[in-house]
Amino acid sequence: MFGFLCVLGLWQISCHTWAQNLPTPAKTWEMSRLYITDPFAKRGEMDQGILRFTWNSLVLVTKGYLIALLIGTPLGFILGSSRGFAKTFDPLIQMLKPISPLAWLPLGLVLFQKTTPSAIFTIAICSMWPTVLNTAIGVRNVPQDYLNVGRVLRFSRKKMLFKILLPAALPYMFTGYRLSLGIAWLVIVAAEMLTGAPGIGGFLWQEYNSLIYEHIILSIITIGLIGFLLDWMMQAVERRMGAALS
Amino acid sequence: MMDVYVDLSQLGKIFPTPKGPLCVVKDFNLKIREGQFVCLIGHSGCGKSTVLAMLAGLQDVSEGVLVLAGREVNDPGPDRGVVFQSPCLLPWFSVLKNVLLGVEQVCPDKTNAQREAIARHYLELVGLGDDLHKMPRELSQGMCQRVGIARAFALNPKMLLLDEPFGMLDSITRVQLQQELVQLWESDRKTVLMVTHDVDEAVFLADRVVMMTQGPASRVGRVLNIDLPRPRHREAVLDQPRFYELRGQLIEFLETQNCAPREEPPRQEPAAICALPQSARQI
Repeated sequence: MFGFLCVLGLWQISCHTWAQNLPTPAKTWEMSRLYITDPFAKRGEMDQGILRFTWNSLVLVTKGYLIALLIGTPLGFILGSSRGFAKTFDPLIQMLKPISPLAWLPLGLVLFQKTTPSAIFTIAICSMWPTVLNTAIGVRNVPQDYLNVGRVLRFSRKKMLFKILLPAALPYMFTGYRLSLGIAWLVIVAAEMLTGAPGIGGFLWQEYNSLIYEHIILSIITIGLIGFLLDWMMQAVERRMGAALS
Repeated sequence: MMDVYVDLSQLGKIFPTPKGPLCVVKDFNLKIREGQFVCLIGHSGCGKSTVLAMLAGLQDVSEGVLVLAGREVNDPGPDRGVVFQSPCLLPWFSVLKNVLLGVEQVCPDKTNAQREAIARHYLELVGLGDDLHKMPRELSQGMCQRVGIARAFALNPKMLLLDEPFGMLDSITRVQLQQELVQLWESDRKTVLMVTHDVDEAVFLADRVVMMTQGPASRVGRVLNIDLPRPRHREAVLDQPRFYELRGQLIEFLETQNCAPREEPPRQEPAAICALPQSARQI
């Protein structure tokens, strides 16, 4: 709480000293009130309540994130269980990982011609890597003892996967899922800025162009809060998972 | 002519190491009759667990041949029930499910109810009838090891392989479990090969104790027939002078092994090879 007050104080001081263009906290609240008190209103395509924007963004993020999980998890499994595969593809993944969403988006536009699929594509390809890498680590770290149990009982490949590998790697996988969700949310703003979709990132960019700087701050705070909430949710799931399996 | 059930002949195991190949076991010969309880004893790192792992099919055989009931062994399978040093229960399954997993593999033709009855039966035999639906993390180590033993017996295997099953337990639980194992075995008479470095345990449980020489390239040093009458009860066995004679012979052998001049300089303990993470109990 004290931390928030400090930032608020700094903000207020900044408005009166070096950052004359920065709206004061009071001004920001004044201008944002309508969006917060009526969070689901739709007054126009780019003039909606803040939670309505957020919801739009979340839908987009969910789509991209699910694609990332659906592709990333099996990829991680293959990477973790085959040494040869890992050697071949690890450098490639390390190279793809640091590419910015801003770089992927134009490629998505070229590939899909439309903004929504390319935004989803960008989210998916950027948020996939933590899932891939963590799943691979999880599979690689399955204790030999558990594998031996499966070998002695002569499990089929399917049984080995579902009865031993998957449950043993699950805690690692969930760490990957959590990190992936964080990145997916990070990417949404960039994606919406470029595509102009009616979400929280699109709103931010539009209000910058309309010189309503108060709404930029409103958007930033919303993005931060939602990101924090998502991470907190995933952490709770992760903890329960870890407790159940230890 | 004695009918050999398990035949280990000229068995050898060589591990590649950064310093060149390391021969852990060499020219290891052992024949076991059906229904016999054999203990393999030797100093830590002498390769006794390696022999067992080869018989379990968990490690490749470098030299020689392993035959179980007329069939050569070269892969793991549920006809050999293995009890590991750490119980190795799958923590995401209940006690019952852990045992059931094995039963499902060996009796695919039976109904679910029949399989569950088998699993329950063996869990009751080891005194866990009331803990069927507990998760492994809710059990003590001794109880976990009981589940491990039940899991191995429930497979109704041709033979049981016990790799220091009581090595990680406190001494009270260990004595208790030894007694339970002897009773379980005396009612079932499976062929057993058990690795241990506890002299008392070996004499108390086994029909024959096989002593291994000090590694590297260790082999069978001496075989001691344990002619104590069965059924065995701990108190009764401890009262017999014969127990102490046999025990003395074993210790004597192990001591000579300890002092024997080695052909090669002392090597680093290959921890990964023999998998003896606990501090080896000095005999």
